[in-house]
Amino acid sequence: MENLLEIRNLKITTLRGKQSVRLLDKVDLNIAKKRSFGIVGESGCGKSITANAILGLLPYPLRVAEGSIRYDSKAGERELLQLSKKELREVRGQEISMIFQEPMTSLDPIFTVEMQMYEALSFHHPGLARGEMRDRALEMLRRVNIPRPEQTLTSYPHQLSGGQLQRIMIAIALINDPRLLLADEPTTALDVTIQAQILRLMNDLKEQNDTSIIMITHDLGVIAETCEEVAVFYAGQVVEQANVVELFGQTAHPYTLGLLRAVTSLGGESRKLYTIPGIVPPGGQWAQGCRFADRCEKCMEKCRQAMPALTEVVPGHLCRCFLHSEEVEQ
Amino acid sequence: MSIINPKDALLDVRHLQVYFPIKRGLMKRVVGHVHAVEDVSFTVRPREVFALVGESGCGKSTTGSAVLRLIEPTGGEVYFGGENLSALTEEQVRLKRRDMQFIFQNPYASLNPRMNVWKLLSEPLKVHFDLSAGELRERVEEMLSRIGMTPDQLERYPHQFSGGQKQRISIARALITHPSFVVADEPVSALDVSIQAQILNLMMELQQEMELSLVFISHDLNVVRHISNRVGVMYLGSLMETGDTEELYRHPAHPYTQALLSAVPSHDPLHKSQHIMLEGDVPNPANPPSGCPFHTRCGRCTEECRKHKPALREIAPDHLVACHHVE
Repeated sequence: MENLLEIRNLKITTLRGKQSVRLLDKVDLNIAKKRSFGIVGESGCGKSITANAILGLLPYPLRVAEGSIRYDSKAGERELLQLSKKELREVRGQEISMIFQEPMTSLDPIFTVEMQMYEALSFHHPGLARGEMRDRALEMLRRVNIPRPEQTLTSYPHQLSGGQLQRIMIAIALINDPRLLLADEPTTALDVTIQAQILRLMNDLKEQNDTSIIMITHDLGVIAETCEEVAVFYAGQVVEQANVVELFGQTAHPYTLGLLRAVTSLGGESRKLYTIPGIVPPGGQWAQGCRFADRCEKCMEKCRQAMPALTEVVPGHLCRCFLHSEEVEQ
Repeated sequence: MSIINPKDALLDVRHLQVYFPIKRGLMKRVVGHVHAVEDVSFTVRPREVFALVGESGCGKSTTGSAVLRLIEPTGGEVYFGGENLSALTEEQVRLKRRDMQFIFQNPYASLNPRMNVWKLLSEPLKVHFDLSAGELRERVEEMLSRIGMTPDQLERYPHQFSGGQKQRISIARALITHPSFVVADEPVSALDVSIQAQILNLMMELQQEMELSLVFISHDLNVVRHISNRVGVMYLGSLMETGDTEELYRHPAHPYTQALLSAVPSHDPLHKSQHIMLEGDVPNPANPPSGCPFHTRCGRCTEECRKHKPALREIAPDHLVACHHVE
């Protein structure tokens, strides 16, 4: 396999009453080796469920209705959606690990940092002696720049600050040298000066370990600072995907343009901020044609009748909009 | 300390202090105090937007609540239109609230789920004014149209609205009594980017139309730059720097303000921000460091900083900085 992870035609549904409602629609993504890939969009666009689907963590009644997620593991190529629970546990935390949005709620409050780090280690390396685990845990804490690591090991989560907890989450996620790290809004709950520390740390670790990162965020600034390739999600679909410089410089989709203008007009000359009217339509209430049509200032007649296909604008830059291609989604 | 004549100010906060007791044990003995707000002074002029900015736990929200006496300050005075709010009884403060209102951060939690829009909006009017049913209806519908909603939505309950709409209702509820002064505590931070811009535009329009003075509390430096005329930067309960917003963003003088502004991610992948990295975390406000509150993380810290807390002093017209090392 050329890529580390290949997502094909992924569809996720949920149940509303007895009705099946689609939340994610035909998503294709390729995550290259040793790259950082950003997924950006507003709440309810399907970013987090995509990451949860990769690790088999979708909560009931959400489920993968269709599609494939192929992963190039150390032991050869695997189809993640067809692994048994036991096989999935071997991949999870060992080869692919995840950092969640809220460090305060993702660590167990009744165990010390030490016990939570040892658990992640011993699960995948059952033979390790306690001394070896301690050495490894201390080394990880030092790598994520925790001051006084010995003391931190015996602390409980409530004794530590949000920034420290997020570093510990990263240390636990990286303790088994994973090849892919899923970071779901890793800095959203943190202050800007701490965010800058954490983002730099993740960049450094990526360089040192050759880990690929999937960064899920609503913040275009975080994307611009950390990612190489970006996919923009809207209403359960990828609407634009490109190299980060291309995406910010040659923005093609009106939604991406709207998001960018909404943030960059802050601090601009005009007192009036640029806004995208309306809200993201929730799953199950998607329009028949282009899902952004109702909020788009460039909406045309055919946008309401047919869904544009995700096509290449220039090599490597994909966009789902009739302004750039006539092609209709089948 | 304030350089404008207090008579010109609508709000004049002097040496505001808020300590929260830490209680331990069976007898709830007071073992210490969290120094949430420490000697904060600032003024807000009529029709001005004054922003309080800082990281979580710096005391900006506590300052906002203490100004309106939603929290009782432990020390200092707050003058509103020349009147000392700290000297009023609770009943007198309650009557004053007609003229000074609060917009909360989380519209999901600050609207009573059992009240429909009509009840939510008419209640403040019933408390503060003696209006006939017709007048009441007129005032509510007028406010509703100002926030871009229609009278047929009056019968709906908060859960039937999106986050952005709920925040519009919160704003309408705060402004329906036509206050001259409003404290808005992180009014857009729970909202998505595209919705955030809609709400900020609405707030700026209403602020102009209704000639409001606004204290805008936020951790988002881009939003603050856009909306405010003057800004105060807080750290660990103290005001570190205040000044005209553009001047302060262009020429930040305090080392903390410089680091804070540099930490904001840039939206251009070709020109990434040059971050000034701060080491470590904000100290515990229950046990604040001696001298300057920022000295534990400051690159320019000297012996003087560890011993003496610097006072705010003027380095340029209307630009005040609390640092020993700024000329």
